[in-house]
Amino acid sequence: MHGFANPARFLRLARPITAPLLLIGGALTLAVLAWGLVSAPAEQLQGETVRILFIHVPAAWLGMGGWSVIALASLSELVWRHPLAGIAARAAALPGAFFSLLCLVTGSLWGRPAWGAWWVWDGRLTSMLVLFFLYCAYIALADAAERSGQGNTRIAAIFGLVGAVNIPIIHYSVIWWNSLHQPPSIGLSALSGNSPMAPEFLYGLLAATLGFSLLFGGVVLARMRTILADQQTEARLRRRAMDYADA
Amino acid sequence: MHEGLNQLAFVYAAYAVGVGGTLALVIHSWTAMRRAEARRERSREL
Repeated sequence: MHGFANPARFLRLARPITAPLLLIGGALTLAVLAWGLVSAPAEQLQGETVRILFIHVPAAWLGMGGWSVIALASLSELVWRHPLAGIAARAAALPGAFFSLLCLVTGSLWGRPAWGAWWVWDGRLTSMLVLFFLYCAYIALADAAERSGQGNTRIAAIFGLVGAVNIPIIHYSVIWWNSLHQPPSIGLSALSGNSPMAPEFLYGLLAATLGFSLLFGGVVLARMRTILADQQTEARLRRRAMDYADA
Repeated sequence: MHEGLNQLAFVYAAYAVGVGGTLALVIHSWTAMRRAEARRERSREL
């Protein structure tokens, strides 16, 4: 892991894979969503609304996955002082927030015809909304630390670690509390072919998740490159200004 | 399942939000990266 601590080495790795991740992820996502919209069969109970599954579920997983990236990167920043860890955490925050919001919006669009309500204050929906607010707070904290110019991102890193408490709450909310939301229908059993989900939905969902995940990875790499470039530009301009002042 | 609602309207809305939002996120991140790296190159020439 520390092999990538050098920004130059990281950039050598990131430059050739950023565009392919975005292109392959975009093509796969569009193909699966087109199939989901046009060719996927309607479901016996959910009817046509089951097609929202191919966006809603990957968005939920990536919303939680984004905060897991923030938590792991924050741990790496606090414990091992990995120089790219804080940058990775900041880069994952916006796409994580986006996918959390996308999960909430598509869930609401699914809930209205399925439950008769746009929103209910149950454990799953509320904990997902809390995750979105946590992202907003993290982005504000990290931006404030960056603007202060002291490079002190410890508070944001600690917040990233503490906020991870919400991830298992989201996952187990439908088990711990009564909920309109259905319990998890995909687990490790899906890998052994014992999923309660019909294969056409399961494979479509896994393909959509792969496509959105590649896009998520490409966006995180692009945002890491942006932050690194901004930091290098600022450092260079500051050095120039000091040189002029000394001269 | 509530009858009387056009289910496909909700599906189209979800897909529009999902595809449009993801596209906006990707384009914003890509153009921001290109601009930042171009700024870095220009700062080298100063």
